[in-house]
Amino acid sequence: MKTTRRDFLKVAGVTALGMAAGAGPALAYSKGAYLPHTEHMDTGHDHLAAKRWGMVIDTRAFHGEADYAPLIEACHKEHNVPTIPGTQDVKWLWTGGFHATFPHNHQEFLAERAHHAAYPLLCNHCDNPPCVRVCPTQATFKREDGIVMMDMHRCIGCRFCMAGCPYGSRSFNFQDPRPFIAEENLAYPTRMKGVVEKCTFCTERLAEGKMPACVEASEGKIVFGDLGDPDSEIRHILAENFTLRRKPDLGTSPSVFYII
Amino acid sequence: MYDGGKIIAGLIVFLGIVGFPFWYNAGSAGYKTPELKLPPKSKATECIRPTDWMRAEHMQLLDTWRDSVVREGNLVYTTASGGHVEMSLQKTCMDCHDSKKEFCDKCHTAAAVDPYCWDCHIAPKEEK
Ligand code: SF4
Ligand code: SF4
Ligand code: SF4
Repeated sequence: MKTTRRDFLKVAGVTALGMAAGAGPALAYSKGAYLPHTEHMDTGHDHLAAKRWGMVIDTRAFHGEADYAPLIEACHKEHNVPTIPGTQDVKWLWTGGFHATFPHNHQEFLAERAHHAAYPLLCNHCDNPPCVRVCPTQATFKREDGIVMMDMHRCIGCRFCMAGCPYGSRSFNFQDPRPFIAEENLAYPTRMKGVVEKCTFCTERLAEGKMPACVEASEGKIVFGDLGDPDSEIRHILAENFTLRRKPDLGTSPSVFYII
Repeated sequence: MYDGGKIIAGLIVFLGIVGFPFWYNAGSAGYKTPELKLPPKSKATECIRPTDWMRAEHMQLLDTWRDSVVREGNLVYTTASGGHVEMSLQKTCMDCHDSKKEFCDKCHTAAAVDPYCWDCHIAPKEEK
């Protein structure tokens, strides 16, 4: 008998049907293959929400660099930020002098106290963040609540964001940071070699209804809140106090404010 | 002439190279599903999805989790039986599966896959 292509396809079709029916139960678990089942995921009830998260730091209440040490320790401990000796400074929260913090400030005859004070530095979670614009993989992105977040799974270590950030808020891991973490926080990951990291405004804590670690450690000297809500505490504080932002003339619109 | 001998010799060498994976593995033991050490029943009563499903899909689940947590700020997962767990490899999965060596690694080694989760995520401390 001569089999035509048409006959062959008919037989093949019937066979495939039969195989599919027979294999039914065995494949039950993967019905329709993988579904992302995003309907099973939600933010939970406790999470704190805002239109645009921001921070006001009352630098008058801190007296010198040592006063910031507990805040830095709280942040770095919580997020497994390594302490690497030498020049490979990996940091999320650190301090700087007045002229390093506000180099574009042209105030003459500034109060002596303000000149000599230390200022805490961290990612400003800019409203118009250059780091997001230059990141080729969208590993750095801005969330709807204004937090400039990093997806460290996706970072390829190109360091464009470090060049783009005018505040030096980002650190690069030239080596595996794990050996340099004194006490690992088992609830938070470390990073791998070749990945950039920075302050995340403690998204993992906000998700659980908690304030950022440095805010908690500051005992009221730092206020964290919703800049998008005119009735929020942070907006009242901003309305009543004179504040500075870092390098405002660059147009990045930082969300971190300093009461001087 | 057409150099028949050289052609045949060349063919033999060619087939030898192309067939390398077959004859290299011939005679060695086939793949055996590794024997996993399951978490103690006292601690882990039920996984978030049925075992078969987890076996086949855990990698996709974790991949969806990481995007959902980091990028969308979702944190809570509704399990097959309606419970709620935090979407966290370190805090949720490894809470029950407290031995990476006896659980994760066994299959991953047998299947010759080397996921880089552990370059960042911290596995539970194992008793030596
Ligand atoms: S401070 Fe730097 S890293 Fe942070 S959002 Fe602004 S530009 Fe990006
Ligand atoms: S280093 Fe990472 S986060 Fe920065 S621009 Fe490159 S991919 Fe984006
Ligand atoms: S907001 Fe969180 S991540 Fe940022 S400096 Fe403070 S403690 Fe560190």
